Amino acid sequence: MSYAQTFRRAQGGRIDRSSTINFRFNGKSYQGYAGDTLASALLANGVRVVGRSLKFHRPRGVLSAGVEEPNALLNVDVGNGMIPIVRATLMPLIDGLNAESQGGFPSVHFDLGRLLDLTRPLWPAGFYNKAFKWPSWHLYEWAFRQAAGLGRLPAGTDRAQYRHMNTHCDVLVVGAGPSGLKAALHAASRGDDVLLVEQDIEAGGSLLFDSMEIGGVHSADWITTVLGLLENMDNVRILLSATVSGYFDHNVLTVHDRSAAHRVESPVETLWKVRADDVVLATGAIEQPMMFGNNDLPGIMLAGAVHQYSSRYGVDCGRRIVGVVNNDAGWQTLLAIADSGSPVIAIIDVRNDPCEGLVRAAETRNIATHKGATPLSARGSSAVKALRYVSNRGDLLTIRCDAIAMSGGLNPTTHLYAQAGGRLQYDESLACFVPKECRQRVRVVGAATGAFSPVNGYNVARRQAAPARSSSQWVDYLHDVTVSDIELAVRENYTSVEHLKRYTTTGMAVDQGKTSNLNAMSLLGQLTGRTLAEVGTTTFRPQFMPVTMGAVAGPRRGEFYDPPRLLAAHDWHRASDAVFDDYGGWRRPAFYGNDREACIAAEARKVRESVGLFDGSPLGKIEVKGPDAAEFLNRMYVNTVPTLKPGKVRYGLMLTENGIVLDDGVFVRMAEDHFLVNTTSGNADRVAAWFEEWRQCEWPELELICSPVTAQWSVATVAGPYSRAVLARLPGMVDLATDKLPHMSFTVGEFTNGTPYRLQRVSFSGELSYELSVPADHAVETFEHIWQEGRMHDIGMFGIEALMVLRTEKGFLHVGVDTDGTTNPFDVGFGGVVANKKGDYVGARSLQRAHDRSADRRQLVGFEPANGVVVSAGAHFVKQDRKNSPSEGFVTSAVFSPTLGKAIGLGLIERGLERKGELVQIHDENTRISATLVDPCFFDPGGERMHA
Amino acid sequence: MLQIPCPYCGNRDEAEFLFGGEAHLTRPEPEASDKEWSDYLFNRTNPKGTHYERWCHSFGCGQWFNVARDTVTHEIEVVYRMGESRPADSK
Repeated sequence: MSYAQTFRRAQGGRIDRSSTINFRFNGKSYQGYAGDTLASALLANGVRVVGRSLKFHRPRGVLSAGVEEPNALLNVDVGNGMIPIVRATLMPLIDGLNAESQGGFPSVHFDLGRLLDLTRPLWPAGFYNKAFKWPSWHLYEWAFRQAAGLGRLPAGTDRAQYRHMNTHCDVLVVGAGPSGLKAALHAASRGDDVLLVEQDIEAGGSLLFDSMEIGGVHSADWITTVLGLLENMDNVRILLSATVSGYFDHNVLTVHDRSAAHRVESPVETLWKVRADDVVLATGAIEQPMMFGNNDLPGIMLAGAVHQYSSRYGVDCGRRIVGVVNNDAGWQTLLAIADSGSPVIAIIDVRNDPCEGLVRAAETRNIATHKGATPLSARGSSAVKALRYVSNRGDLLTIRCDAIAMSGGLNPTTHLYAQAGGRLQYDESLACFVPKECRQRVRVVGAATGAFSPVNGYNVARRQAAPARSSSQWVDYLHDVTVSDIELAVRENYTSVEHLKRYTTTGMAVDQGKTSNLNAMSLLGQLTGRTLAEVGTTTFRPQFMPVTMGAVAGPRRGEFYDPPRLLAAHDWHRASDAVFDDYGGWRRPAFYGNDREACIAAEARKVRESVGLFDGSPLGKIEVKGPDAAEFLNRMYVNTVPTLKPGKVRYGLMLTENGIVLDDGVFVRMAEDHFLVNTTSGNADRVAAWFEEWRQCEWPELELICSPVTAQWSVATVAGPYSRAVLARLPGMVDLATDKLPHMSFTVGEFTNGTPYRLQRVSFSGELSYELSVPADHAVETFEHIWQEGRMHDIGMFGIEALMVLRTEKGFLHVGVDTDGTTNPFDVGFGGVVANKKGDYVGARSLQRAHDRSADRRQLVGFEPANGVVVSAGAHFVKQDRKNSPSEGFVTSAVFSPTLGKAIGLGLIERGLERKGELVQIHDENTRISATLVDPCFFDPGGERMHA
Repeated sequence: MLQIPCPYCGNRDEAEFLFGGEAHLTRPEPEASDKEWSDYLFNRTNPKGTHYERWCHSFGCGQWFNVARDTVTHEIEVVYRMGESRPADSK
């Protein structure tokens, strides 16, 4: 069944009554009209309770008609899944929309959590810090996590698309109310490229409900005229349903564009990054609530919102509306509500001196007026039924009503201004903070400057709590902060506004205190005897309004979150049953086949026994060329470079300036003035940038260029006793005899089909091994060719994991695995190289420090677990026979060696170099394992195999 | 999000650049004392106001250059090439 729109008037507003829209709320069917928001449609249907408050589960109704809404935050599904924390006040009504309240168990009308409300004095601000400490907060945490939080995460895959767009403009105008439209028209008329952004679904701002004359033209006609002009200008772009959410340095602003977010087919949200030469903030002002007892009851709303629902949507927020105000603008709003057709029965003003003309105007409309009256508290359980107040003669009176329209004065929307670095100042006469000065190119116009529009002045009274129970007067609706919480915080000396905020959590909810901060600060000032200028404001940070995580992520999700680099021969490896994993940004074969451990062992054994083929393409390659190339590299490496002969290869370490091992690898002297530097795969980009930094910034006088060529060359590593025999069968291969191409030498050549190649005889496996580089577009044919020629020697593929086993057997260093951010060359056995090096190089001076030469450092050793079990990398060496045994280092690499038939490992341990043969304890996942420290090289220590 | 005028390419978004810390550090000779060396490694000026710093247009021309930036307003006062000396009064 459907409910009639009993609170909708027959005429008036900007809705289209000929276009009915069906929607559901908490399982019931309702109807609204095109042009409605979800909030206006709920109010038209007389729905009062839209949710439950976060802490005390009190019933809550719509408070506002805009971005400041703290209560009507709903789960909304328009066909793309349930989205939590949607502001019903901004959500356009869409056919088939399904909305749910977020709080409430078992239902929003009967909520067991309301028991919390009845015991409210037990749960003041910071209660969990005081009451739930013994014996441990963690004992209670689960229950609190269940009770806390707002909304439910949507399940399943998000169908929406999210885009990131960049743009720039001469002038970005934020807000398309009267001031924003004027500013946009002015800038556009002088030829500026203008971007106008409005968070509402249509431009006009307050003119959409507040009719007035502008230059002799009725406001509705004025909007039409101005919009018509703007839309016809090529230099103007208008974004609607888009919120400027952040204001950053150098006039960069982010815009969360929801204009296509609710399309059933292909919904899209866009996050714009706009760089603007100038920014105009026409962000308006937000009306503030009045403080009195039970001021959070459904039916108690901001006066401007009641006006907007009446004039823009033709909805009466009540049959008997009472105004509670402290300023003349509030009177004007209530008169406008009455004029638009909603029944206002009384206006209660805390001031003795409202503008006489306004009082007379109210009386001519048969509205009872009460000057100098004090609102005490609202009555009602799930909606307001009456208001108790004290008249100016001191009489305690009750007025029956079903809606209260309150106006506690206006507060300029200065969030973006403050985010931009703008300073605010407190204006005594306006009782609010207004923009003062900003370092960025930004201008504020309209109500955001504090220029509120009442004809005869504004004359706001100071904000204060009512003389009613302070625990019943709400300051922050969304976080359930009451006047008594502020009082408690002050009693406990949380008198800094930033401390008050964190202790009470006022202003920390998803509405960021748009309707609570000013009242909280006013109370803090009164309770501590300070002016608001002295109290100040909390820091305004992005986002002005929550931005969906999808919009923040944009297209960077799934495979695009961190796109892997694929090998040129990726498909070829896949066809060879490769199992891929991510290594240093590359997606590489970890092993080939199904059974991980068995495959790794078999691959490693094949390299030792016959021959294996490995894709080493991600190996970092930087060409360094120029007359000073040798001198430059001599300053970058711990090792001596100029003595290297052309055609020869040397292994070296690079350090940071702090003497820490940065990278290792071989470097090749291709010619007198031409080097090829190999870096570890994950470090290729970093080392190339490192070279450039030193070349440009420290030694610009050296003549050389550095050119990273990692991706240009694919590398086929052929390793094993038969590697020479296999490679020799490739047509065009150079003579591979050891006297022609010994270990650690380099040559170039050309296959008979014309493909050039580079060949270096180096070994990371400890076997006879060659690294054959070909241009990347020849990778597949080269792998295929080697594979075919290798079949007679039973060639096998091997992946990274087998390579790691092989190099661990040899004790070859893997920088970043066997070293950490404290490891220097002495720690990894390079003391001799350091001693032999002449001259300065990066990190050299750091190695002279006493600590760098201390014998107590953690040094790289090998170890063999006594029980033969492979320990975990990261397990700790612990001092023996002591309770709470302190760590003296950790395991860096640990594998099962199929060659040796036992578990082995490498680790960094204090004074390791002098402790070989010692029995040590390893603490691994709550077990203790004994291990013997040995030399890091477990296999073929003389290196006969790779020199073969 | 700063907009940085690369001396080689012109105005570009901060996202194209790499920050390189304080500029005009003098790398001590190997004979330097431990104190001089650790000053060079670790101690920086951290002024409130004009800060001379190095940036690299790493996703553009790849060139390093110097920037005088106000650490309060983030205004970029002047940019100048690597090797050029600090402007006398950039403010």
